[in-house]
Amino acid sequence: MTELIDGLYREGEPIADSKAPDGPIETRWERHQFENALVNPANRRKLSVIIVGTGLAGASAGATLGEAGYHVKTFCYQDSPRRAHSIAAQGGINAAKNYKGDGDSVYRLFYDTVKGGDYRSRESNVYRLAEVSPNIIDQCVAQGVPFAREYGGLLDNRSFGGVQVQRTFYARGQTGQQLLIGAYQALERQIAKGTVEMFSRHEMLELVVIDGKARGIIARDMVTGEIETHLADAVVLASGGYGNVFFLSTNAMGCNVTAAWRAHRKGAYMANPCYTQIHPTCIPQHGDKQSKLTLMSESLRNDGRIWVPKNAEDCDKDPRDIPEEDRDYYLERIYPSFGNLVPRDIASRQAKNMCDEGRGVGPAIVEVGPDGEEREVRRGVYLDFASAIERMGRESVESKYGNLFDMYERITGENPYEVPMRIYPAVHYVMGGLWVDYDLESSIPGLYVTGEANFSDHGANRLGASALMQGLADGYFVLPNTIRDYLAKGPFEPVAEDAPEVEEARRSVTDRIEHFLTCDGERTVDSIHKELGSIMWEYCGMERTAEGLQKAIGLIRELKTEFWTNVKVLGSNDQLNQSLEKAGRVADFLELGELMCIDALHREESCGGHFRAESQTEEGEALRNDEDFSYVAAWEYATKGEDAAELEPVLHKEDLVYEFIEMKQRSYK
Amino acid sequence: MRLTLKIWRQDGPDATGGFETYTVDDISEDMSFLEMLDELNENLQARGIEPVAFDSDCREGICGTCGLMISGLAHGPEVTTTCQLHMRSFSDGEEITIEPWRAHAFPVIRDLVVDRSAFDRIIQAGGFISVDTGAAPDAAATPVPKVQADRSFDTATCIGCGACVAACPNASAMLFLGAKVTHLGELPQGQAERNSRVVDMVAQHDHEGFGGCTNIGECAASCPKEIPLDVISQLNKDLRVAARARR
Repeated sequence: MTELIDGLYREGEPIADSKAPDGPIETRWERHQFENALVNPANRRKLSVIIVGTGLAGASAGATLGEAGYHVKTFCYQDSPRRAHSIAAQGGINAAKNYKGDGDSVYRLFYDTVKGGDYRSRESNVYRLAEVSPNIIDQCVAQGVPFAREYGGLLDNRSFGGVQVQRTFYARGQTGQQLLIGAYQALERQIAKGTVEMFSRHEMLELVVIDGKARGIIARDMVTGEIETHLADAVVLASGGYGNVFFLSTNAMGCNVTAAWRAHRKGAYMANPCYTQIHPTCIPQHGDKQSKLTLMSESLRNDGRIWVPKNAEDCDKDPRDIPEEDRDYYLERIYPSFGNLVPRDIASRQAKNMCDEGRGVGPAIVEVGPDGEEREVRRGVYLDFASAIERMGRESVESKYGNLFDMYERITGENPYEVPMRIYPAVHYVMGGLWVDYDLESSIPGLYVTGEANFSDHGANRLGASALMQGLADGYFVLPNTIRDYLAKGPFEPVAEDAPEVEEARRSVTDRIEHFLTCDGERTVDSIHKELGSIMWEYCGMERTAEGLQKAIGLIRELKTEFWTNVKVLGSNDQLNQSLEKAGRVADFLELGELMCIDALHREESCGGHFRAESQTEEGEALRNDEDFSYVAAWEYATKGEDAAELEPVLHKEDLVYEFIEMKQRSYK
Repeated sequence: MRLTLKIWRQDGPDATGGFETYTVDDISEDMSFLEMLDELNENLQARGIEPVAFDSDCREGICGTCGLMISGLAHGPEVTTTCQLHMRSFSDGEEITIEPWRAHAFPVIRDLVVDRSAFDRIIQAGGFISVDTGAAPDAAATPVPKVQADRSFDTATCIGCGACVAACPNASAMLFLGAKVTHLGELPQGQAERNSRVVDMVAQHDHEGFGGCTNIGECAASCPKEIPLDVISQLNKDLRVAARARR
């Protein structure tokens, strides 16, 4: 291992094998499935799998493994698997069906996804994703997912950002809901059959690793407070993303990193944690008591036009009084060929630039600038449907976007049919996550990671309508065909409930709970979470600098100490205790935030959602450094000394090799 | 604005509950109803009082986790979910009563949090189309006329929040049932199991202790997704057809 770099981390051995097959890319997955061992149906019921999280990636995997005959246990913190945050995805799901005959193909979806991810994803994985995408649509339609249809009764498609074909399937603005209900119903069917056992209102708080293999979890029953041990032959984490590290995000209130972080602390590498997607079209923040941000689907950019006033003095005027010649449709101006449909990272950063220039709209909000001084900035740009209403008529606009317009009006009290919407970017999705190989297996044997919780397919930026695709691809088609190769080696040696590794994991859970309940400090969990969020947003948000990140690492370490010595959690463990649940999550967010800043600091290039101010083209676009950084940064957990006060992680690089797609500077002009 | 809140507090499933009165100040009309409760909880904790337990997750009106009886109305005075209700719907000085969903089949867990797992068991009884992964034909193989597809979609928007049950004087879940039966029954894929689905789901509904429907219509009036009342007619029709088929 190397010396300490920048006083923050060390470099370890590179990752030798990602298990990605070689040969022609079109045949890799088929060959790999053939080469993976099979488990005969009679043996499957002797094998058990734990799945943590029941969103698209978890419910689909649970249903599929249950159908195959394995013994499955699924866990979610919500009161029902139907509530996972996949449900909130609005716009759609991509699939290379080419029903529109507009030149789409598996290869084009593969190409668009690699390019959209700014050449920081693994080719073999992305190709497989594109390859199974048509099967997802077939499966969902057969389950009764009511996708939008044309009058002839066939499926309709719409466009999404970063591509020039229409390949997005949708169910009005509620695609995620409909897909999740489909997967949920398939899961409930297996629960009724007895192949799947469901544990709702349960939170995984520790991973059990025995002889280097993942063998179970420690979970807390959130109603009774009981600490339970669940053992199995393999564990799958489908626990979603960690955008709530920013406090304000479009994630659900309960979304958290705890399952993934506990696995990370037990040896699973965390890959590219700094790759965060900031979604360009969210409803702007209204005040400092806000609990979350609300997304408006990217599909709105199909017909809405984004603009700010050309002159800063027009910013407080009624937008309808600003004449056409005084409006700057900046995306159409800067990127004539993609216009309002540029990828998310670009649309977001340009909105920030416009507001930084003083041409933002809406109420001015007090914020602390990078110089530490307070300033007032209007954080909003217009998304205008006036010309769409004129072109298509109000009725068509209503049928396409009605529910989104209603939601906007409910939240802001303004009618978007009359006045342009105001939007601003918000944290939405994380491309980073636990490192997995081609089989979706983490660096701990027997621990698999699917959906947003892994890092695998989106590189440094995810294209719209691709999260639903990845979650379902992983759960329905990939994981069930890779995990069998591992399970074929089982059933493994039974684990005793009082094995030392189990006892140790249980103790770590109960010690933490005991600490929170007896700390008796002054600060509420939420107040510390908010403070962490504002540090992350300011220094590790849309634009990052070496100086800012270094400062953030110091601030987070101070906040961590404050949290562990001065937090206040009332109540007890033996009943529903929401502050106690949040305390555990915030403890893990604090460590994650530190790692995200270290990762962002070490990556001295801009790529996708990671924009380093020091690395940009003359025109202000993200400038990659392929020579030095075309690798996946997989971090191994380590601390400075025994107590975990400061991280000192070990970096393992996985080199990215592009055999099929030429790496280029992305251009959407 | 300043508000007086009368909130149901109950320590656990078996504990006796009662109303507590709290006041909150400095509430802006742009805040959501749940952000107002967040603010109350921050204040309570500062005073050493345990925060009020309530459920919420997406806070975008789609996951169905939240749900409160607000001054006697399920999800409050607007046609939306509790999380999408904003304080501009209330006025300064108002007294607001906040209770959990009240139904035998939704036992209280703590304060405003109830157990709605009965809904999952109703789905387990038949709220699905049986198709294993990988067994699906091409998605374009079966066209669905737009009218049916739209009707199916309109009823598939149910978020399973339970407001229909909470609003119904009989605590009946027929709107929830009717929505699922219509969603799957309108589609060609859903025909094979149409009869068994409705029979099994209704049997589970009754087993869980939900009441019968007497056509009052409170359910549809309080549904945040505006599921139409006629899905219950559809449910009755399907049940009749299924019963006849069994004879």
